[in-house]
Amino acid sequence: MSQDIWVVVETLRGAVMDITYTSLAAGRILADGLGIRLVAVLLGHNAEPLAGTLGTADSVIYVDHASLADFTPEAYRRTISGLAKELAPRAILFGHTSMGMDIACGVSLDLNAPLISSCERVKLEDGRPWYSSPTCGGKIIAEGPIPDPVCVLTIVPGGYKPEAVRLPGPKEVVRMAPSAALEGLRITLKKYIEPQAADVDIAKEPMLVAVGRGIQQADNIALAEALAQALGGVVCGSRPVVDQGWLPVPRLVGKSGVSVKPKCYVALGVSGAPEHVEGISGAELIIAINTDPRAPIFNVAHFGTLLSMFDLLPALTEKIRQAPRP
Amino acid sequence: MHIVVPIKLAPDLVEDLEIDAGGAALDRTFLRLIINEFDDHAIEQAFLLKERGGGQVTIVAPDLEGADDVLYTAAAKGADRLIKLIGDFSAGVNCHALARTLAKVIGDLHPDLVLTGVQAHDDLDGAVGPLLAEHLGMPYLGYVAGLTVSDGKCMARKEYPGGLVAEMDVALPAVFGIQAAEKPPRYVVTSLITQAMKSATIEEIETGEFDSGGAAAVERMSRLEATTHAEMIEGSTDQVADKLVAVLRERGLLAPRG
Ligand SMILES: Cc1cc2nc3c(=O)[nH]c(=O)nc-3n(C[C@H](O)[C@H](O)[C@H](O)COP(=O)(O)OP(=O)(O)OC[C@H]3O[C@@H](n4cnc5c(N)ncnc54)[C@H](O)[C@@H]3O)c2cc1C
Repeated sequence: MSQDIWVVVETLRGAVMDITYTSLAAGRILADGLGIRLVAVLLGHNAEPLAGTLGTADSVIYVDHASLADFTPEAYRRTISGLAKELAPRAILFGHTSMGMDIACGVSLDLNAPLISSCERVKLEDGRPWYSSPTCGGKIIAEGPIPDPVCVLTIVPGGYKPEAVRLPGPKEVVRMAPSAALEGLRITLKKYIEPQAADVDIAKEPMLVAVGRGIQQADNIALAEALAQALGGVVCGSRPVVDQGWLPVPRLVGKSGVSVKPKCYVALGVSGAPEHVEGISGAELIIAINTDPRAPIFNVAHFGTLLSMFDLLPALTEKIRQAPRP
Repeated sequence: MHIVVPIKLAPDLVEDLEIDAGGAALDRTFLRLIINEFDDHAIEQAFLLKERGGGQVTIVAPDLEGADDVLYTAAAKGADRLIKLIGDFSAGVNCHALARTLAKVIGDLHPDLVLTGVQAHDDLDGAVGPLLAEHLGMPYLGYVAGLTVSDGKCMARKEYPGGLVAEMDVALPAVFGIQAAEKPPRYVVTSLITQAMKSATIEEIETGEFDSGGAAAVERMSRLEATTHAEMIEGSTDQVADKLVAVLRERGLLAPRG
């Protein structure tokens, strides 16, 4: 029984993803609180150097195999479940991501371990490890104990800053062979398709006007364009707006899009769902215009108004145009 | 090709959500449920595949308020078969229970593809898609925004952050978690839905007991009381606009006129 806290490392084309560090930060709290070790589990092929930034972990387990060079659900899941059956960790933390969510459910069933998803924060309460997960678009927080002897969690960004735990190290790297067979996979990676080329890189823009589903229809994007123009900025948007084809894909902010860090982010009719908010944590000033007083966007915004954007925008844009410049 | 789309009904976030007296679950008395928005994309993707390659689309929904609407709307869009799961869903069921219940019914349908919404906003124990895949013994791939079927195989476009896409080959039958259909979900006029209500039949299948094992317990639930909150600007349109201009000016954020 090792009873360590495990963090499954996510890598994409030779880079460790930020969610891994967020998970390591959560894992560190649990490991320290319970007086056990924090272990990062890295899968790949010729990828051992990636362990070099996992210094927050006490130890890294590295499994090398050609079938693990890139993420595919079955190979990764079998490898993790195989290792866990052998080494019996106390908890396994995955990212609540494209990779983690493909395999966390399967691993939990393989181990007969309860599953907790969208966990944002962890703590020790009366000596018991405890999770808290935002749910219902971030409007509700669910909490409870992390059951023993083993539990699987998926971690969302937001609770812990990745930078603080991106440390050189680790103290040891333990190389292991995959204990599970990696043949007969029903899912195989064919190729990667690069993101659509962008006319502007919103990650670099200092002034952004974001439109959400509250904009109602494509024609209304012009209202946001007018505001952006008055501010000398560009328009970006939430996923539903991009899925509707009202804005091009490179303008998408959030989990499946771009993380932005403007000096100012004006959010028009954006509710502030966790998948959106994770992309704007680097914004210096957030102004939210939303008619719902309980919209989670107000919890991250600095200034807000409940006026309808359709009432406010014409006046606001005009006043910005007219305002004296320093 | 037989495509099955199971539906989850999730709380409408436009309404105020309340916690029940037990303090560990949503108060469901006045809860308005709507189709999980990603399931809408799964339905759309099913129709796109049917239009391209033929086949049959079956929609399966739990017996909750709103289920008939969802089923008839899907029928109006072209669904071939509508199934309602009969059981006591009113207290809410978690993903584990729903997946087990769906598996019993969907297994008998012998689908080639099962398309689920990648997640629902009220999931706390994983997601229905990957759990269902386990019970059906099928592979699962999620965060999918595009599918092409040929020769018993499916090419799926899986999304990674920043717009990167991985093209993966998946042997069928398989379960997919749809993030977005290739096109926005189609609209259907009310008259067609009314027509479907008259012409389409909803088959009912009894579910029996739920088994919700496999999820961790929720001990407390609370409405988010944020540690920080935006400073709210009140007043008339003009007053709010003036204040916002002042905020921007103070911070030197008004771009020089170009
Ligand atoms: C795996 C995954 C990845 C995702 N990735 C992303 C991502 O990268 N980016 C992203 O944005 N989302 C992403 N999402 C979707 C996310 O969960 C939300 O569904 C989405 O962010 C909601 O967009 P929205 O705020 O525009 O719409 P809604 O949540 O519908 O909010 C619309 C808002 O407009 C307000 N409103 C309505 N009328 C007015 C008015 N007249 N004036 C002012 N306000 C008004 C309403 O009060 C409401 O708050 C992802 C989801 C999943 C499952």
